[in-house]
Amino acid sequence: MVSPIDQHVQVWRRLASIADPEIPVISLVDLGVIREVQVTADGDCCVAITPTYSGCPAMQHIRDAIEVSLQSTGLRTLKIETRLSPPWTTDWISEDGKHKLKQYGIAPPHARSTVHTIDTSGLRRRPLSANQSVECPQCGSIETRCLSSHGSTACKALYRCSDCLEPFEYFKPI
Amino acid sequence: MKLPTVSDIDSRLLFALRMADSAVILAQRLCEWCGKCPAPEEDIAISNVALDLLGQARLWYAVASQHDPQHRTEDDFAFLRDTRDYYNVLLVEQSNGSYADTLARQFYFDSWHYLLLEQLTQSEDNSIADTASKALVEVDYHVRRSSDLIIRLANGTPVSKMLIQDGLHRLWAYTGELFIGDDHDEALALYGLIPRPDSLQAPWKRWIAEVFNEAGLPLPAPQTWMQTGGRQGQHGEAHAYLLAEMQCLHRSHPGVRW
Repeated sequence: MVSPIDQHVQVWRRLASIADPEIPVISLVDLGVIREVQVTADGDCCVAITPTYSGCPAMQHIRDAIEVSLQSTGLRTLKIETRLSPPWTTDWISEDGKHKLKQYGIAPPHARSTVHTIDTSGLRRRPLSANQSVECPQCGSIETRCLSSHGSTACKALYRCSDCLEPFEYFKPI
Repeated sequence: MKLPTVSDIDSRLLFALRMADSAVILAQRLCEWCGKCPAPEEDIAISNVALDLLGQARLWYAVASQHDPQHRTEDDFAFLRDTRDYYNVLLVEQSNGSYADTLARQFYFDSWHYLLLEQLTQSEDNSIADTASKALVEVDYHVRRSSDLIIRLANGTPVSKMLIQDGLHRLWAYTGELFIGDDHDEALALYGLIPRPDSLQAPWKRWIAEVFNEAGLPLPAPQTWMQTGGRQGQHGEAHAYLLAEMQCLHRSHPGVRW
């Protein structure tokens, strides 16, 4: 008989092994998509997830992946709850997750500014991260510039390094 | 000016549909550019903006479902309503025109959308506040991008300046509707669920004036007569063609699932 605590740990462990469908080196737990796990003594489990972007096409895949990964864990029922509030933020990405992103070739997000204001100062050719330059994940240079605030997926922006001349993607702070 | 009345509908349902419909119609318009934009980076960017809007439309349709006596789903709302039952603002259904026209439309919409969502995060209704909070962080990027592009085009070549000025001028008549409320808006504002539409006009004008100023463009004449009716289900001819294209597949195979 598995205790609820052990089951709880087992569920988290399984969830930590689910990779993001787009960025296979980072797990859903690293991304901060899994918000909460509850397991009752009877084996009823509720996993709360937060969608990254509203239109993220991976969310359905993520739900399916959670269901599949939690099979054969002895759970009686599984409910996946989507929580919109508080909205997902890149601040929830673990340090380990950020490190994995960089190794994979994606510049990890800077800390998100806490105030969302429309600021026109320096609007023309303003860098995406107004106060911090983005380091090239290939060569480490900070001489990089933003080509487009919207990259290959909703969560990423397209950058180019002026030193090594390679393009790379930047995980946008949100 | 007397607006037509939308009757026999819950005000909260109508508001959620107004939000969802504007997002989905604009997403559909932006998708028409897919594969045809002037630069690959623009193609990707505009598709991403469309995707965000589509996701937000789904969230608003979920809010609408809560207040719908028929318990319609997002698919029912998006694919099985005809033009007179759509409540998007007229601005978003305008045809794409040149790329500059599209960017002008996007700029007017994004700036209003941001300010509205910012207020909605304070709604007394949790489902409105939560949905708005989610959308706001995405629309923050939209408005920065579209504002930046107005300035870049205006400060580009004489041709780019002429084209963007032309687009901004032509679409000006569709911006008034964003700030004109009806009885449904009054009722919701009274209970603190939404801001009064006219309360957004001053901050919006300040924002566009800043961008126009930096772009070196003159502001359109303030007394221009404004087009209205989209929020009441009265749309232009192009709306029906847009829906036909968008809904054709779903209507051809009723009940089919992926």
